[in-house]
Amino acid sequence: MTSGRKIRVLVAKPGLDGHDRGAKVIARALRDAGMEVIYTGLRQTPEMIAAAALQEDVDAVGVSILSGAHNTLCPRIVQLLREKGMDNCLVLVGGIVPQEDLPKLKQAGVAEVFLPGTSTEDIVQFLRNNVKPRD
Amino acid sequence: MADTKEISSPAETEVERWEEETLNPALEKHPERKNSFQTVSLEEVNRLYTPADIENIEFTRDISFPGEFPYTRGIHATGYRGKLWTMRQFAGFSTPEETNARFRYLLEHGQTGLSVAYDLPTLMGYDADSPLAEGEVGKCGVAVSSLADMEVLFDGIPLEHVTVSQTINAPASILLAMYLVVAEKQGARWTKISGTLQNDILKEYIAQKEWIYPIKPAMKLVIDTFEFCTQKVPRYNPVSVSGYHIREAGATAAQELAFTLRDGLEYVAWGVDAGLDVDAFVPRMSFFFNAHNDFFEEIAKYRAARRIWAREMKGRFGSNNERTLQLRFHTQTAGVSLTVQQPLNNIVRVAIQALAGVLGGTQSLHTDAYDEALALPTDRAALIALRTQQIIAEETGVANTVDPLGGSYYLESLTQKMEDEALDYFRKIDAMGGMVAAIEKGFPQREIQDSAYQYQKAVERGDQVIVGVNKYEMTDEPAEVPTLVIDESVRAHQVERLERTRSQRDSGAVANALDKLKRAANRNENTMPATIEAVSAYATLGEICAALRDVYGIYEEPAF
Repeated sequence: MTSGRKIRVLVAKPGLDGHDRGAKVIARALRDAGMEVIYTGLRQTPEMIAAAALQEDVDAVGVSILSGAHNTLCPRIVQLLREKGMDNCLVLVGGIVPQEDLPKLKQAGVAEVFLPGTSTEDIVQFLRNNVKPRD
Repeated sequence: MADTKEISSPAETEVERWEEETLNPALEKHPERKNSFQTVSLEEVNRLYTPADIENIEFTRDISFPGEFPYTRGIHATGYRGKLWTMRQFAGFSTPEETNARFRYLLEHGQTGLSVAYDLPTLMGYDADSPLAEGEVGKCGVAVSSLADMEVLFDGIPLEHVTVSQTINAPASILLAMYLVVAEKQGARWTKISGTLQNDILKEYIAQKEWIYPIKPAMKLVIDTFEFCTQKVPRYNPVSVSGYHIREAGATAAQELAFTLRDGLEYVAWGVDAGLDVDAFVPRMSFFFNAHNDFFEEIAKYRAARRIWAREMKGRFGSNNERTLQLRFHTQTAGVSLTVQQPLNNIVRVAIQALAGVLGGTQSLHTDAYDEALALPTDRAALIALRTQQIIAEETGVANTVDPLGGSYYLESLTQKMEDEALDYFRKIDAMGGMVAAIEKGFPQREIQDSAYQYQKAVERGDQVIVGVNKYEMTDEPAEVPTLVIDESVRAHQVERLERTRSQRDSGAVANALDKLKRAANRNENTMPATIEAVSAYATLGEICAALRDVYGIYEEPAF
């Protein structure tokens, strides 16, 4: 656990897809676990997501995506965050992602991909274990 | 309602006797597996249902005969003995060429209707070359940016004979226009073609969230299609009022039922306000429900839907027209219930869900493919899904008699409970000033979000079991299933045709048609004739939506 500061997470919905059930359930579960959660709303470009992450000074970005556009959008989000100097900001992906795409996403800097059926408790634990403590 | 008469009814005293003499000793010997048994909507289920549970239900008033008011047992006197449901598999991916080939494949294998899935840029009204379309072209459906794509999509498919359902909402009037123009070019008569346009914008604001314009002008576009189809395409269903997406977003069965039917009432009210005759357009409204895991709850939902609709059409709108009172619906098995884990198990889930749809009297059915929690279906997975329906229809015997579960104490009591819960929601929504007002307040959206969260919690507590996910998990799962991969080259292919179309068309005619459309929108005239003119001139979907956005503005979701 980080000391002092609550874990701050940006829940983001990139691309044109509007299915936000997952994003909203995760946002609420993380809040219930004591984290500070900012939800971007729908149809955010990678640029908008990275800008929001910087402005909100978050520890992690949770990207919810079901449309199949993950290979295009997720690596770009990671890249933009790194360009903004957010080297420790974790990028998590949740949604419909075929098995064969998982290594590519990890290689692009995605910390973890959570597939359908994941318990929100596992995501909470992952964040607690992997967010770098800061003052 | 527990009054003394019910408590002293013979059935009730019989139940008490059974409890004392038989049940209690049995419970002492073998306690039940858990304290509370709940449906997938987290509704409590009793141990046993008896005549006491249906005391308030009258056969002629509430159940009656199939083909007769209030249609609880179905709209056809002969059920499926006359005609089976339409097996209508939703398909669409990649380019119009690829989807056209899949359509032909499905028709060859005995499918009886088509259903088009469009990709996200099309659903949102963007052309394939829009920067917003990057990574999304052809992914969740077929990409259609102009009439040129639509011509390829239906090449060789006779639209006067095959009914086609189109899943399109915010830009529905434009895709309808393209469809009608392609049909006309094939020589099909508009008076003969039938099919369905989803065109249900209310559920977009509630659940699926693929909107473009603010709610009121978007409703006006829907009413334009009602008016146009009533006059020119009389056998076409211009709307499929959809609970499917409401359920997928996390609603309970009762919420799906309530919000969908209340949406339906809203469209009827708007149509009547626009001067349409109820009995001229309501007979062409259709509905679309989910088939989720809880078998009896789903069957009760469909039966309640028919009963409520018939009563509301009579009560609210004074209709006595049989076709107006009869609710017809399509069913799709619950995509949200499919698991990535042990994906072949999904074949079983789908079969049981589909069976509920059939026992509920659906007019048409889509069965999900087992690989859909992973990606769009492969040919093989799509074929098994279709075969599942054929097995239900031809082998199980459930289509031999009408409403075979009618009269079950449990089912009738559940049907009544569904109706009561829906009417409670109607009262709340009516008090807010109708569905448009309720959506603007975020009411149905919040109700659904809460249910989605409660369900997730129930799964994580293990109260709701998902086989292979929170029980019977396997660490070394059987071999992975192959998935359909949509090539990134689809976008290039589509952009190329788009550019060719733009260079070959008469740009003056396009500009004129778009101006005319804006004028019609500004003057509150029916936009369909101008939309047809614009698509005929090969104005693109993106251009037409941009023109309408200029007039109507865009929707911003309120925070809630």
